[in-house]
Amino acid sequence: MTSNLRATFDREFEAVRQELIQMGEMVGLAIEQSMQALTEHDLALAQQIIDHDQNINRARFHIEEACLALIATQQPAASDLRAIIAIMHMVVEMERMGDHAAGIAKTVILMENEPMLKTFKKIPKMGELSRKMLGEAIQAYVNRDEQWARQIAAKDEKMDELYHDVFHRLVRVMAKKPEVVTRATYLMWTAHNLERIADRVTNIAEQIIFMTTGAMGELQG
Amino acid sequence: MEPSAAPIIQVSDLNFYYGPSRALSNINIAMHARQVTALIGPSGCGKSTFLRCLNRMNDTIPGTRVEGQILLDGEDILAPDLDLANLRQRVGMVFQKPNPFPQSIYDNVAFGPRVVGLATKRPELDEIIERSLRQAALWEEVKDILSENAISLSLGQQQRLCIARLLAVQPEVILMDEPASALDPIATLHIEELIAELKANYTIVIVTHNMQQAGRVSDHTGLFWLGELVEFSATATMFTRPAQKLTEDYITGRMG
Repeated sequence: MTSNLRATFDREFEAVRQELIQMGEMVGLAIEQSMQALTEHDLALAQQIIDHDQNINRARFHIEEACLALIATQQPAASDLRAIIAIMHMVVEMERMGDHAAGIAKTVILMENEPMLKTFKKIPKMGELSRKMLGEAIQAYVNRDEQWARQIAAKDEKMDELYHDVFHRLVRVMAKKPEVVTRATYLMWTAHNLERIADRVTNIAEQIIFMTTGAMGELQG
Repeated sequence: MEPSAAPIIQVSDLNFYYGPSRALSNINIAMHARQVTALIGPSGCGKSTFLRCLNRMNDTIPGTRVEGQILLDGEDILAPDLDLANLRQRVGMVFQKPNPFPQSIYDNVAFGPRVVGLATKRPELDEIIERSLRQAALWEEVKDILSENAISLSLGQQQRLCIARLLAVQPEVILMDEPASALDPIATLHIEELIAELKANYTIVIVTHNMQQAGRVSDHTGLFWLGELVEFSATATMFTRPAQKLTEDYITGRMG
């Protein structure tokens, strides 16, 4: 007698889980590339990120379809059900993170003829942090590590600090030099997109906690 | 949703033995009026034995012994001098296989009221028959064939007839032992919908092997395992966040 009576479910679920992890990596790459496009003023790369966002959207719908099919055909319960519901929430967060990366890429293209604002090192720092938070969240998901998920969500505070700093500096620059208002506004959008990415990582951390413990709740973020 | 009134059924420290072998160990459970309780667990776990304790059906099996207390509306139903006919009128039972009498549909439902003396005149009896068949969601299908033999009905209709027969004596509690396992999916859904309707007036305890059915029909679910009640929780909690590892493994199918 086989010890696992849900081998079919486990196999199909594992395939969905792998797709989610891959999707997370696609989104992480998009964030990384959006920072590269911004700092190197690489318009071709920016356009590539925007085009590639379609693949992220497709991955989301593919995973959602697979989850629906699993629920309809396998009637999962308890931790199996929570794992599927968590994935359905996480793909939405990841898909929107992809939109934020594409949003950054769009500002890079809009800034085509604008010189760089060299003084804003904190924006790439925000990019690095959001990328790192997402990467860790995916790893915490793989490890089913609830404690780590909480720690990752706590990093959103650092992100908020960076964002406020960038925001106020940009406001000061705009007040002093009206000729850079357009550029500074684009950078404000960029910073806002990065800040939103970190918020969405926090939402993913909440889903990891729900999946592992069944507890629903909002983490700070 | 959680009722605050005193439970209609209160089971305390219940042990049950078939000869020397213990089939139920230290069962404690409270069931509230107009709630559906589902009992799940693998074959031989004690869930049907427990169900049969609630109207003392096990008394018919020689060599059995029971310890502990079962209160129905505060009255000890394990008392030796209890009127069993009265108990089984108050606590009716539906079995896995429909068991109508080989008589007319009318006489099947009239059987109980006649025995108990609920109705002396034909119009009174007619009224009970119609009300019971309506409550069992069978009236529209049989109102023109009441004199036909119950055996001519489909299995699903026979099962609803057995429920009507039981409702005719105005029970408080309805015990159901795998009431849909012999039925096709549509007939099964008829029974499940009926349970949802009956819940307005009756307390229902259902034993089922079908966990999805337990999820669909019940307010509370109890998992039996090797004669013990492992977990008793609100059904929604049981199927999303079970408290016990054993429950988790059982309802996710991770144990044989």
